[in-house]
Amino acid sequence: MAIDIEKIRQDFPILKKEIYGKHLVYLDNAATTQKPRCVVDTIVNGYYDCNANIHRGVHFLSQQATEAHESARKTVQQFIHAQHAHEIIFTRGTTEAINLVAHSFGISQCNDGDEIIISQMEHHSNIVPWQLLQQIRNIRLRVLPFDKKGVLQIDQLENLINEKTKLIAIAHVSNTLGSINPVKQIVQIAHSHNIPVLVDGAQSTPHTPIDVQDLDVDFFAFSGHKIYGPTGIGVLYGKEKWLEAIPPYQGGGEMIQKVSFEKTTFNELPFKFEAGTPDYIGSTALATALNYVSEIGIDNIAHYEHELLQYATNKLSQIEGIRFIGESEHKSGLISFLVGNIHPYDMGTILDKLGIAVRTGHHCAEPVMKAFDIEGTVRASFALYNTTEEIDILAAGIERVAKMFRR
Amino acid sequence: MTIEEKQDQIISEFEFLEDWLDKYQLIIDKGMANKGIDDEYKTDEFLIEGCQSKVWVHAEYKNGFVFYQGESNTDIAGGIVSMLVDILTGHTPTEILDAELYFIDQIGLKEHLSPTRSNGMLAMVKQMRMYALAFKAQYED
Repeated sequence: MAIDIEKIRQDFPILKKEIYGKHLVYLDNAATTQKPRCVVDTIVNGYYDCNANIHRGVHFLSQQATEAHESARKTVQQFIHAQHAHEIIFTRGTTEAINLVAHSFGISQCNDGDEIIISQMEHHSNIVPWQLLQQIRNIRLRVLPFDKKGVLQIDQLENLINEKTKLIAIAHVSNTLGSINPVKQIVQIAHSHNIPVLVDGAQSTPHTPIDVQDLDVDFFAFSGHKIYGPTGIGVLYGKEKWLEAIPPYQGGGEMIQKVSFEKTTFNELPFKFEAGTPDYIGSTALATALNYVSEIGIDNIAHYEHELLQYATNKLSQIEGIRFIGESEHKSGLISFLVGNIHPYDMGTILDKLGIAVRTGHHCAEPVMKAFDIEGTVRASFALYNTTEEIDILAAGIERVAKMFRR
Repeated sequence: MTIEEKQDQIISEFEFLEDWLDKYQLIIDKGMANKGIDDEYKTDEFLIEGCQSKVWVHAEYKNGFVFYQGESNTDIAGGIVSMLVDILTGHTPTEILDAELYFIDQIGLKEHLSPTRSNGMLAMVKQMRMYALAFKAQYED
């Protein structure tokens, strides 16, 4: 089914905005996506019409809000094809989800001397939580490298695994290189050694169908705001057996069964991991976003964005002096690049003046920059509402900037 | 030329450029033409914090006057630091500390450079004034 882009663009009011008198060309979707009207309406209606603290209330509004929150959990379950709704934990985002696992899995399953494997292309949010764990447990971080095209060296994974390996935590899609990592293959290798796998799905979930059972991942994290949902809400999926096995991350209301000053018993899944009043408005709006995506069809979106990526790669490769950072054959819809000696900040600043929003810098993945011996890149990242015309504007913008910096 | 005269000269260069891209072109050209900083000062010690780009500034005191050098790894910040160096170099610490840098507002840099860059520019000015203050305390008081 072809996507009706014009109709979709109507759903996103911000896309009509003008920046410095130019039509906004928003190509910073890997950082955050824009929100369709239905998502914002859910937030507004939630607060105006269905707002009460959830779960323990006996009154009508509380039950209505509880139903909305729990129904959102089921929507997420279906979206990522989890076996159980209670395997879906609402968090503030991918970062908090990974921190939860690093803490709860880390303190319960790791001993001094154990090892955790991550990759060289991780976002800082899948590096720093493990370094925080190192302050509690003397664990060693092992790093799976990528090659000069930005492809993970999967053949080296077996060499990194040993009897001390407790977990492999890896990005599904690199936020800087765009590389799609062979998660299923990684899980198969890991499981053959009885090692669980956590997948950072922040950059994959908005762009490709996710089936956590088919991938057989043990933990999977993603953020709402990168998939047209609100900020401040995200998801940790965990296999039931793991969520049962690891202790709560935070303490407070909702996550307890009984509290006395002598002993507290914890609530069952998923509430054990949702201390305090959850963001039930955010969860419902996330469900609206996922339903919006499902209505268009995640397969259709994946197909369309792949076409955009191919078009952009062809178009941009004609620019003199351009160099792509990340040239994997399996890429998601983003392009990191440099042109000649133009600093990414300079490029981004002038593109901004042309109404084009791109991201510049190290993209919270400094080890990737180090591997390429660069300070940063310019990154254009696509979403379902972007068009080939916008890519033409980007290409013309880059040409114009290049001319300004010609020595 | 006085600090004011130098500022007025820069303002006049920008005055007739209506398109923002032309203004940026001028800043970039200044950045590219910037003489830069001696390699020995291109170290973390002389790096200005608060800039998104890397900017190094160094100053020397000779016969009562301050001589600045500045460089950036980006051309836009490089253009800005070269204007500041041109304006403030060759003046006494007191003149530098008393100077009001109105050209920043008048050519619209403060308003139109992104907040991070704008902060960066303020950090550059602050660091250059700090040099003047230190020289004043050391040699003039």
